[in-house]
Amino acid sequence: MNITFSKEEIAFRDEVRAFFRDEMPEGIADKRRLGVPLEREDYVNFQKALYRKGWAGYNWPVEYGGTGWSTVQKYVFGVEMAEADAPGIITFGLGMVGPVIYTFGNEEQKQRFLPDILESNVWWCQGYSEPGSGSDLASLKTRAELAGDHYIVNGTKTWTTLGQWADWIFCLVRTSTNVARRQEGISFLLIDMKTPGVTVTPIIMIEGNHEINEVHFENVKVPVENLVGEEGKGWTYGKVLLQHERTGTARVAVTNFRLGNLRQQASRSVRGAEPLTNDRNFMRKLAAVEVELKALEFTELRTLAAVASGKAPGPESSILKLKGTELQQAVDELYVEAAGYYALPYVPSQYTLDFPESDRVGEGSETQSSLTYFNFRKASIYGGSNEIQKNIVAKHVLGL
Amino acid sequence: MDLSFTEVQTMLVDSIEKFIANEYSFERRQQYAASDAGFSNEVWATFVELGWTAVPFSEDDGGFDGGPAELMVMMQQFGRGLVVEPYLANVVLAGGVLRRAASSSQKTKWLQLLISGELQAALAVTEPQSRYDLANIETTAMKDGDGWVINGRKGVVLNGGNAGLLIIPARTSGSNTDRDGITLFAVGGMADGVSRNSYPTVDGQQAAEISLRDVRVESNAMIGEIDKAYAVLDAVVDEATLAVCAEAVGIMQTLTDKTVEYSKNREQFGVPIGSFQALQHRMVDMLTACEQSYSLLLWASMANADKTEDAKRAISAIKYQVGTAGKKVGQEAVQLHGGMGVSWDVDIAHYFKRLTTIGQMFGNADWHLDKLVD
Repeated sequence: MNITFSKEEIAFRDEVRAFFRDEMPEGIADKRRLGVPLEREDYVNFQKALYRKGWAGYNWPVEYGGTGWSTVQKYVFGVEMAEADAPGIITFGLGMVGPVIYTFGNEEQKQRFLPDILESNVWWCQGYSEPGSGSDLASLKTRAELAGDHYIVNGTKTWTTLGQWADWIFCLVRTSTNVARRQEGISFLLIDMKTPGVTVTPIIMIEGNHEINEVHFENVKVPVENLVGEEGKGWTYGKVLLQHERTGTARVAVTNFRLGNLRQQASRSVRGAEPLTNDRNFMRKLAAVEVELKALEFTELRTLAAVASGKAPGPESSILKLKGTELQQAVDELYVEAAGYYALPYVPSQYTLDFPESDRVGEGSETQSSLTYFNFRKASIYGGSNEIQKNIVAKHVLGL
Repeated sequence: MDLSFTEVQTMLVDSIEKFIANEYSFERRQQYAASDAGFSNEVWATFVELGWTAVPFSEDDGGFDGGPAELMVMMQQFGRGLVVEPYLANVVLAGGVLRRAASSSQKTKWLQLLISGELQAALAVTEPQSRYDLANIETTAMKDGDGWVINGRKGVVLNGGNAGLLIIPARTSGSNTDRDGITLFAVGGMADGVSRNSYPTVDGQQAAEISLRDVRVESNAMIGEIDKAYAVLDAVVDEATLAVCAEAVGIMQTLTDKTVEYSKNREQFGVPIGSFQALQHRMVDMLTACEQSYSLLLWASMANADKTEDAKRAISAIKYQVGTAGKKVGQEAVQLHGGMGVSWDVDIAHYFKRLTTIGQMFGNADWHLDKLVD
């Protein structure tokens, strides 16, 4: 065991750091600094920059165009990306459907879909939850009926993140109801959002932003070659993907970065007020979160190491999701506390590039603290609610 | 000792309950909140008509002599209805100052109009740097002939953009954070030198940043004694704290009721989610938090009605409770509603947001716990 980076690892870290410093596409850094929401093209430009560097498939094996990085390299990459306040990689393509396709898809599907995912030419979204199927995902009712060389899909998916920007959606659909277990008869289908019969309606979230959607399918014709793997085995594929999602949702590096920022903010006088470092109550809470976060950082490293030795992320990834979202939300709460009365103003219109900073209500992104806090209550709900994670750990880890 | 409601209190509860059930649906509330003023003038007129704006004022001032208990029962119902009309800003904060400190001619000039709904008012409790310290006032008022000239900034002034009357605490002597040397002034919302940046707040209400540049007022604009306003501000903010705590308790009770109801109807795994023991226990915790909070609220309002020795302590106790238990209940209500809980179109989200802002106002949980330790 050894906590110190080797020379090679330090060189790699410096290279990654230089990349995020020097090659971030135009405008993104300014938007991040000023708290301006990113557009679709910002994310795409960022991911394309990663692609040009050969790093888009940071998590992928070399044979599919990935980096084939070691655990330590992936860890370093994640930390540097967070510390640079980079936009983050939209997970649906590169983190989710890509790995499912290269693991379970056929040769033709790999050639057809993987290059566009790596290059961020196609924006993917996820069609899992339904209005009646949230935590109980296996109860999903969206039907795909085989009719010759295509399926006819009918149903509704919901909470579809950034579905309004998506070109394609990967869906869990029911292809058979005549099954012993509800988890059987579910298939993994790739659907072009431009297909007639697909409509997207916005859902406005608690803080007022359009981030999620309902996606409706009305007699949508999907060619059979868009079925990934075997018909009826979609649950297995989807589960693998959810475990990837859960590892990703720990967001340790991002939470760490935000906590560091908060510590800096607390040491300054904001709006002429006394620095919060003088408030021992606040600093004790901040320190307590730091301790827990350090623990989680090493839990994540252990999980990554296990994956590197050839194991798929197992039910332990549920622990990462649980604790990771709790700590993320704890930091969100501290930001709100730090803002005091300036957690109250609802002034999203002042977060544009040309809004004069001196005219802003509150300092910096202070008034966004409550919006972030409200929005990220979703973190303990999405990707399988934290209650479901506890069920998974109880059942599959503890054997209860 | 008697914990039962008086006839008047019961009547108040009934009339507000009836109003909310019949005329204040969540959909309407959302429309009012989204309007330019951020509330409904018609609804405000109804408040006036039903006598609610007059409750805390003395009979001599045209009111009903209501005290902390009446305020409590009303605010609790306003919380249940998630009312956005500026009762706190007008009646409790601005009205609280006028009631305690204004001269009889000032009362005739402003209080009567406030009660009759013809005047919107605001008390500028906070400055950008003041956080929760009421004595942290950098805004200055300098004597100028017969009158005064005021300079400074006020932050997150509730109802500040709508107010025709702004009550501005300013420093007339001493240094920043001294309790002595603070004086209250009445300033017209449209007066020369006043500029207001008005905005909605995340809970659907309204506030403003206000800057005062060489604002001239006459000597009769001074409210109460020179240099001695801290005691007035402190008493008014104590009452406002009690008011938002009562509102918060109403919200917590509503969130608990709605969550229990939802858990009985929402089915997953072929059964209502309310049948899961893990969730049942959490809802029991929510209920316990509500009951404990309501108990502290009763204590605090009776202690303040009777002006007992521990009256001020009781205010810090209930605000601490609302800050901690309220946060817990709000977060649990959202979590148990799943995706619905984080959707704008579902009322749960908005109850949660209001609970959050109440937690941030007039001292957060830490601030009041410190008061209890001191």
